[in-house]
This record gives sequence, C-alpha cells and structure tokens, in this order.
Amino acid sequence: MNALALDLVIAVIVAWLAVGALGLARPARLKFASRVLYPAGAVVGVVLAIAGFAAMGAAPQSQVLPLGLPDLPFHLRIDSLSAFFLLILGSVAAAVSLYSAGYFRSNEGTPPGLVCFQYHAFLAAMALVLVADDGYVFMVAWEAMALTSYFLVTTDHRVPEIRRAGFLYLLIAHVGALAILLCFGVLQGGSGDYTFGAMRGQQLSGLWPSAAFFLALFGFGAKAGLLPLHVWLPEAHPAAPSPVSALMSAVMLKTAIYGLLRVSFDLLQGQLWWWGVVALGLGLVTALYGVVFAAVQTDMKRLLAYSSIENIGIIVAGIGLAILFRAYAKPLLAAITLTAVLYHCLNHAFFKSLLFLATGSVLHATRERSLGRLGGLIHRMPWVAWLALVGTLAIAGLPPLNGFVSEWLLLQAFLFTPTLPQSFVNMLVPLATAALVLAVALSAYVMVKFYGIVFLGRPRESSLAHAQDAGPVERAALAYLALGCIALGLFPVNVIALLDPINALLVGSSALQGGGGSSWLLLAPINADRSSYSPLIVLVVIIAVVLLTMQIVHRFYHGRVRSAPPWDCGFPGQTPRMQDTAEGFGQPIRTVFEPFFRMQRHLPSPFDAEPRYAVKVDDHVWYWLYLPIARGVEMLARLAGRIQQGRISVYLTFSFFTLLALLFFVR
Amino acid sequence: MPTLTTLPLWVQIINLLAAILLLLAFAMLAQRRIVSLIDLYAWQGLVLASSTAIVGYATGQPHLYFSAGLTLLLKVALLPWLLHRLVRQLDVKWDVERLINVPTTMIIGLVLVVFAFNLAVPISQLASTVTRATLGIALATVMLSFLMMITRRKAISQVIGFLSMENGLFFAATSATYGMPMVVELGIALDVLVGMLILGVFFFQIREQFDSLDLKHLEKLKDSE
Repeated sequence: MNALALDLVIAVIVAWLAVGALGLARPARLKFASRVLYPAGAVVGVVLAIAGFAAMGAAPQSQVLPLGLPDLPFHLRIDSLSAFFLLILGSVAAAVSLYSAGYFRSNEGTPPGLVCFQYHAFLAAMALVLVADDGYVFMVAWEAMALTSYFLVTTDHRVPEIRRAGFLYLLIAHVGALAILLCFGVLQGGSGDYTFGAMRGQQLSGLWPSAAFFLALFGFGAKAGLLPLHVWLPEAHPAAPSPVSALMSAVMLKTAIYGLLRVSFDLLQGQLWWWGVVALGLGLVTALYGVVFAAVQTDMKRLLAYSSIENIGIIVAGIGLAILFRAYAKPLLAAITLTAVLYHCLNHAFFKSLLFLATGSVLHATRERSLGRLGGLIHRMPWVAWLALVGTLAIAGLPPLNGFVSEWLLLQAFLFTPTLPQSFVNMLVPLATAALVLAVALSAYVMVKFYGIVFLGRPRESSLAHAQDAGPVERAALAYLALGCIALGLFPVNVIALLDPINALLVGSSALQGGGGSSWLLLAPINADRSSYSPLIVLVVIIAVVLLTMQIVHRFYHGRVRSAPPWDCGFPGQTPRMQDTAEGFGQPIRTVFEPFFRMQRHLPSPFDAEPRYAVKVDDHVWYWLYLPIARGVEMLARLAGRIQQGRISVYLTFSFFTLLALLFFVR
Repeated sequence: MPTLTTLPLWVQIINLLAAILLLLAFAMLAQRRIVSLIDLYAWQGLVLASSTAIVGYATGQPHLYFSAGLTLLLKVALLPWLLHRLVRQLDVKWDVERLINVPTTMIIGLVLVVFAFNLAVPISQLASTVTRATLGIALATVMLSFLMMITRRKAISQVIGFLSMENGLFFAATSATYGMPMVVELGIALDVLVGMLILGVFFFQIREQFDSLDLKHLEKLKDSE
C-alpha cells in the first residue's frame, strides 16, 4: 500500500481528468454531470485522501514520467509534506464534489458539462502541483491550476463585475507565477538542472538565498493572499460559484502554503533569522488587516474571503516563527510551530469549505448574498444552520472544536519565544503575540456577526419565508465536513502524531519528543506542568454544564413562566428592521480601526422625509498601490501610442533604423 | 591577397552570380511594374539556386543540392506563379505611387551598399569559407529589399520585398557557412510558403474592405486619441 502511494496519486490525477473529459463530451447534460460525474469525482477524492494518509509516514518515493518536452520529463515525488497536503485536497475535494452534485444548475453561464471539466481539471492540477518534483512540472501544474480556477471563477461570465474579478485574479496569479519562476531560476544556481533534488544540493552564496526566499514569499503570497497582494480574494471568492470558492479557499490557498514550506524549508539549505521576522510581521499584518475588513463586510462571501486572508496571515506568521526557531537552532520549538501551522491548514480547509458551502446553500435558497437582506434562516434551513454553526464555532476558535487546537498550539509556540538569544526579537515577540490574539479574538467577533445576521433573528425580507433547506446530498457533504471539524478538535494528539513525519522532514525534529505528558487524552506540547489541553474533558464539562443549567432552569423556573411580549421596552410593534444590521454590528470595529479603511459615508439629515444611510468601505491598498501603478502604465502606453502612426512604411522605417543602428554598434 | 584571376573558377562564378544578385536587387528597387517585379524575383531565385548548387558541387556537400532544388521549386516556380495569379485576380499591374522617387531611392541604396560592405569586412574575416567575400553583397541585398518594403505603397510589392529579403538571408547563409542545417532550411521554406498564402488571403480581405490594395487606407485603423 505504502509503496503504491505515488502510483495511486497519478491514477487519481488521470481519473479526475477522465471524469472531466466525460463531462466535456456532454456539455449540456446537467443530470449526467450531477448524478454520475461529481459523485465519481468525490470517490476519487476519497481515494486520494487514503493515498495521502498512507504516504504520510512512508519514505519518499519518486518517479519519472516520460511526458512533457523532449529531454525534459516529468519528475514526480511524494514525501510526507506533499502527502499531507494531498490528504487535505482529497478529503475536502470529496466533500465539495459531493456537494457540487446537488449544487450546480443549468443556465448559470458556462454549460454544466464544461464546468464539470474545469472543476476536475482544477482538482487534477492541484494534485499535480503537490507531487511535482521539478520546476518545470510545478510551473505547468501551477499555471493549469490558475487557468482552470480563472474559468471557474468566471462561470457566470454574463455579469461584468464577475469578468472584472476574474481578470484581477488572473493578473495577480500571473505576477505571482512570474516570481515563482524566478525563484526556481535562483534556486537552480546556474546548474541548469531544475529538478528539486538538484536544487536541494545547491549551495547558494551571498544574497541569493534571500532573493530566492523573498521571490517565493512574493509569488506564493500572491496566490495565498498576503498583503498587499490580497486584493483578488474578496473579488474572486464572491464571484465564483460556492463550491469553487470553497475549493479555492480551502485547498488552493494551501497549495501556496505548501510551495512556501517546500521552498523555505526543503529546497533552501539554512534559513536566516530575519526572513522569519519579515514573514512573521507580514503574516500578522495580513491577519489583522483581513479580520478587520471581514468585520465591516456586508456580503457574506466577501466576509468569508477576508476571513481566509486572516487565516492565511496566521499561517504565514507561524511559518515565520518556525523559520526563526530553525535559524536559532531550536528544532523542538520549530517542530511545534510547524505542527501548529500544518494543523491550522487542515482545520482551515475543513471549516472554511463548510462555511463557503453553507453560504452556497443560502445563496441558492434565497438568491441573496447581502447580509442586510438575510436573517432568521435557522427556522427555514435548520440543517444548513446547525451544520454551519459547527463551522462558525470552529473558525471562531472555541473549544472543543478544531480551530481552538491549532490556534492554542500556535500561541504556545509564541509564548516560548523569549528563549531566543537575540534580545531585539525577544522584545518583538510579545507584541506579535498580542497581535495574534487580537486577530483571533476579532475573528470570533466576525463569526458571531456572520452567523447571527444570516441565521438568527427574524427574516429581514418577506421573500425569505420561502427559503428551502438544502437537499440530502448537500446536507451529507456539510455533515461530513462538520464531523471532520469535531473529530479534528477532539483527537488532537492523534493528528499531531500523524503530522510528525513532516517535522522530521523539514526541521529534523519531532514535536512529540519533548512532550512530557501527552497521552490520548491530554495534549501537552512542552510539558504537562506548563500547559496542557484535553478536548474530551472540555467536551464533557461543556455537556455537563449545559445539562446542569437546563436542569436548574427547569427546576427553578419551570411553571413560573410569564407570557409577555419580549424585550418590547415600550415598543410593542417590533419589525425585522429594528434588528441589528451587518453595518451596525461592524460599526464599533469601523470606528476603532478607522485608519485601516477608506470610507465614504452618507448620513441622513434629521429633516429628511426618506432618510437614507449609505457607507462604502474601501481598501487603502487600492488607492496607494494599485491605482498609481495603473496610472503609470497608462501614461507609458500613451507615450508609446505616439509612435503609432498607422502607416506601415513608418513602422518599417523604425525597424530598419533599429536594425542599422544595431548592426553599426555590434560590428 | 589573391587577385581575381588566381581564384578557382567556381569562386569566380559565385562572385559573378553575387554581382548579378546585387544588380537584380537594384533593378527591383527601380522597377515600377509589379509584373516585372515578380519576374525579377524569379530571376533572383534562379541565381540563388544556381549559386547554391555550385557551392554544393565545389565543396562536396550533397545537402546543398537538395536546398538548391527546393529554392528552384519554391522561389522560381511556385511563388512567382502564385504572385502572378494574385496580380491577375486582383488586377494590380502598376505601383506608380511611391513615397520617395526613384533617383533618391537609388542614392540611399548606394549608401546602404557601402554600409553593408563596411559591415561585412570583420564578419567575413571570421568566416572560414572561400565564398566569404560575397557576404557583403548578401547583406546589401537584405537592406535593399528592406528599403523596397519601406518605399512601396502597394501591399503586393511589400510582400515581394519581404520575399527578396529572405533571398538575401539565404545567400548570406550559403556564402558564410555553406548553408544552414537542413531542418532550419525546410522550416524557413515552409514559413515563406505559408506566409505567402496567408498574405494572399489578406490581400483579398484588404481589397474587399477598401476597394484598393493601397496601404494608406490602413492608416485609418489606428487608435484615435
């Protein structure tokens, strides 16, 4: 089984492509795609998850496929790092494919069979990225991933905003890909050998390792959504169909994390401490920026997209810390940090795909994305609402769910930093810890807003009364992801044991060796005296407290219930309009973090017959970075446009004189 | 420095052919009738084919025969025939309108030839072939053809200029290195053929749009401010 893992992955890639090709054969048949192809894709996803799981602890395997250009075959390799990310891909893709079987409708832009092809090609490309073992295959798969996801984002291409969002995504994806290509160019160190094996053996000198690291940070950061390259996320995620948003956020962003880990820990030999500081700072700024913007969003998918930016920020900050520990030769701490990072990748994949799929169900049931027109859906869509509650609690970082475990582990790692030899870094880290805690706490706030506005309260529109709950297939997919969130939260020790081979591979240490008291029940990363966490005990206590409270309430208050209009405070005629709105809920954040935003507000005057309140929150980055670049390019284009005369003879004369001048100078 | 008469006979013939090539390039520059232009192009092809064959015979490189045959087939027979047919179908026999008048063009051409010879001196000293002296002529042919493309207005004469530029390049390759590798040569031949066909289609499109093949109509296509 272990020896077959790589063959199995290749078979999975081929199978996904074949499923997609079948969809292409019947582009207009929705039923064929939804009844046969997507479930088949889900089964393939399960197979991939099993292959990844089996390969986690196994020795690396490599293979050379006689594909590609002459003298440039495909090198593939699977080690525990790629196996882990394949596990994420497989397990999430299974759920998303199952969900897609019930989700896609016809007449939504691209024909369903074509969407099916793009979807499966996207999955296959991501799997290929994860097993690529030379720069050439990596770039081919990476670009295939970018292109297929671009077409998926622009599925509903009749809407101009969606086309614009897709273009922005494609642009940033290509800028990033260019940086990655340059990074591989630096890593091969003039040998001309682009296999990863050769890159590992290169000893780069001087500033070259730093150049490679920062090119990788830029390139993979563009895909992951690091500041200031995050602008495509809040545009592309709402534009894409929900299963696609789920896949992009849960898995595609993780491939960028995979690439960053691969380059900075595997391909580069030896890390410098200040890379870690830069990555840490950038990650924390991104996390704060993302969560603050998430708090003021009024579109539920935009909110989730900003929340993805926040999570990616946390993950990159963790990577930065791991680099810091690695550079100061503290392998145990690096291993714990890395475990937290990988754990968070897995967790984020589960809860974010759950939430994106839940928004998909809400979207289909209500045709509404704006938080201002939703509300009270827990009565109309109980399945979706309760399952989404699990995801919401998990992403908010509440025990005993999975989000808590990884964030707690990461905090533990941060709290150990004062053992570093450099006092400057030691002073910096408490600040970073505070920023991390702030981001995590704000994300809980954001999630309360998301869940409360969409599912609780009373419906804000009368049309919401007709909302239908999701179908059985979609429910099954959501339930699977919710169960995943719970299981990952309840059995952290097993998950960490599963992740340990990656630590051995990347930092040469085990996260478990220092664990004083880790057992199946108790998680203690350093020492049981210092800190430990047992999710099962927490769960038992929570259940006990809930039951006890219910008993007490039942015992003491039952029968003494007085029926009265609730909370009327002298306003007996309550309407849904009186509820807290998305804007209202985010208002404190908007006030506290005002410098983050560029706001345009329209306040009604007291004498207005029809008072109207409007607020538009924009990103400073657009105005400070992107618009100046766009203006510069436009100016250059105008200058270049001056030599456009429209006469062929003039053009020919230009090239003629260029030729003459060149000939004259080179002679 | 060997005098002309001490050179082997075949080198003298190559030199003669090179001179004819240059003469033909000037003739093309001065020619106003498109039909005669095509004939001149065919002659150029013939000169090229025979010089390639002679180099092949003298240096004992059989693949040059093949390339001479290809040149003969393509540049003497097929392309002129295609061009003649185009001219007949499109009914353009004259290219009277020129941007620069003939005498001025000839003077510019002379300057270019001097420049080309000046340029070729260091290159031909590097080359090891016996025929290296003709490199300057080959370069001059390329430049004169380029000049022809600039000064003409009709699309067809520009295409002929382009084709004759390719002739010059081919001649340069033969004289400096005894020909390019076969693959490259085949590729170029195919490119020329396909380019010719595509341009033929374009001519019809242009005429359909503007009722003329004069390129000044295309000036309207520019992006207006």
